[in-house]
Parts: sequence; structure tokens; C-alpha cells
Amino acid sequence: MCTMIAEQIKLEGSGKSAAGWFSLRQAYVSYDHPFHAPLEHALNIDFVNEAQGLGARVSVELDAAAARSLAETILSVLAQAEAGGHLPQ
Amino acid sequence: MVKTDMYEGMLAETVMIPGHQGDYINAYFARPLGAGPFPGMVVIHHMPGWDEWYREATRKFAYHGYAALSPNLYFRAGHGTPEDVAVKVRAEGGVADDQAVGDMGGALAYLQALPYVNGKIGVFGTCSGGRHAYLAACRLPGFTAVIDCWGGHVVMAPEELSPKRPVAPLDYTANLSCPLLGLFGAEDQHPSPEQVARHEEELQKHGKTYEFYMYPDAGHGFFYYHRPNYRQEQAVDGWQKIFAFLDQHLGSPA
Repeated sequence: MCTMIAEQIKLEGSGKSAAGWFSLRQAYVSYDHPFHAPLEHALNIDFVNEAQGLGARVSVELDAAAARSLAETILSVLAQAEAGGHLPQ
Repeated sequence: MVKTDMYEGMLAETVMIPGHQGDYINAYFARPLGAGPFPGMVVIHHMPGWDEWYREATRKFAYHGYAALSPNLYFRAGHGTPEDVAVKVRAEGGVADDQAVGDMGGALAYLQALPYVNGKIGVFGTCSGGRHAYLAACRLPGFTAVIDCWGGHVVMAPEELSPKRPVAPLDYTANLSCPLLGLFGAEDQHPSPEQVARHEEELQKHGKTYEFYMYPDAGHGFFYYHRPNYRQEQAVDGWQKIFAFLDQHLGSPA
């Protein structure tokens, strides 16, 4: 059954779908049924641009361990970049 | 029962129907060709959307002699591939119960008005659709039978209630207006066997007519042949139980 655990954030960035690159404006993060991953529930991230229609989407479906590893790795890389003075002030 | 020497035909197409608060939504309608009268089925899709599996299930009911109508409960989220639309709805935390019940009521009324439908109409759903089907059978008069396949969140803790889901379906059980068939997997946690037992307890308390089957070695969604949870033996038996239940309560289709 669907967990209905979902959050949405606004963001700026770019994503590449089958149709090519497009500007990202939102991300949906959920822990619910995936469409492709062979799991009952997955950590799903859908990067979208709602203004460009429902098909403007780049998605990943991860198991919980992979999602935690990804989140920790993102924070680690950002910390290294910040320590090196590479982040904009 | 289709025989090799009989005429058989089916019409399957999308139609527009009035749903919740008179909003028009689309629906997939599959029916046997002929004058009928046919019993009807309202077929309620799961969280992954109004997808190919649900079109197949709708045609399956038609093949078995039912005028089967599957409303698109995600119509208001916009249009694209079923998956694109379901992603949007998933991010919104699903659709509101009142809206889903309104749309199912529209589907019921659409079938009731057809001259070739005999007035006996069941409602079927899996996953969130199973929960929605149960809600419909409790909150709307007019259904003759309901089939809930592994609908979770029928039993809800107070902290799980939300503006979209303000009342646990379990709490509507006193109003259940027709016989219920429930199919569940013993390895499912949504609903868990304990939640199914709690549901059964409530049905018994209110003297409702029901049949529950808990399949061993099956988890959530064991009918879905395109997912790893598919269980061939349990799925075949489950479909047999569905059509036996419908035959008993809606009568043999023409």
C-alpha cells in the first residue's frame, strides 16, 4: 500500500531527460511505490519543471541504504567544496 | 463463460463521466457487445496510476461478462503518461477521500443509467484502489458487492489521519452496504496481517457478510505480473475467487 510519505521542494538546476536538457524548478521526494525498481517501496526523487508539463521529469528510485549513502555523499562533497572555498559566498 | 462456438465481442474506449461535484473526468469503459443485460463493475486503479494493468483488468471484467468502468481518479492532476501523472499525485500525497468517493459515485451512476446494465454493480480495487473501493461500498448506496485487494490504510492510527484522509475507512464499517471479498498477502505490511485481523473483527462486530483470504508466500500486489511481488499460483486463485464471488452476488453474466 502507498505510504503517502512525500515532500516537495523548489530548486534551480538542470536535468537531462530522454528529450534533452531542461531547467529544473521542483523536486518531489517520496518513500512510496516505485515504478521500476524491484522494491515494494523506494526513496523516489523526481526532478521536474511543472511549467513544462508532467513529462519534464528526471527520476531516480533508490533503496533506503542507497538513498542514505547518496545523501551523505552529497553533504560530504559540499563540505569539501566549502572547505576549499569553492562555494559562492 | 466464453465457449468456442459462441459469438463474442467487446467494446473498449475512453469516455467522459461526471465525477465528484459534477466535474467531468475520463474513464476507461469496456463492455461485452450485445443487448445484455450485463452486471456492472467499477474498477478503481492503484497508486501507480490509471495504467495499462488497469485497462487490462477492466477488459478482463468485460471478457467475463461485466460492463466495466474504470474512472481516472487522477484526472485533475493533468495529463501525460500514466506514470507521469501518478508521480505528480504521489508528490501531492494522493487524492482526497471525498473526491475519490465522489468520482466513484459518478462511475456508479453512469453504469446505473445504462439500458444494458442490470442494476447489479460491484466495485473492485487494488492497493489504494482497494481502500477506495471499501470506502465507496461504505459511503455510497447502490453497490451489490465490493472487492478489496490488499488495500492498506483501512485501519489507521489517529496520527495517520489528515485533511485528505480525515476518517479511517474502518470507522465506516457499520455502513458497509454489500458483501465484501478481501484478498491479502501474509507477507504484506500495508496492510499487515494484524490490520486485516482488526478489519475482520470490525466486520464481525457489525454482522457484515465478508470473505477474507490471506495468501501465504505473497506480499503486496501479488497480481501484478510486471512486478517482482507477482505470485502466479496465488494470483490465479485470487482471480478465481473474484469471479466466483461476483457470480454469487451479481449473478451469472449473460
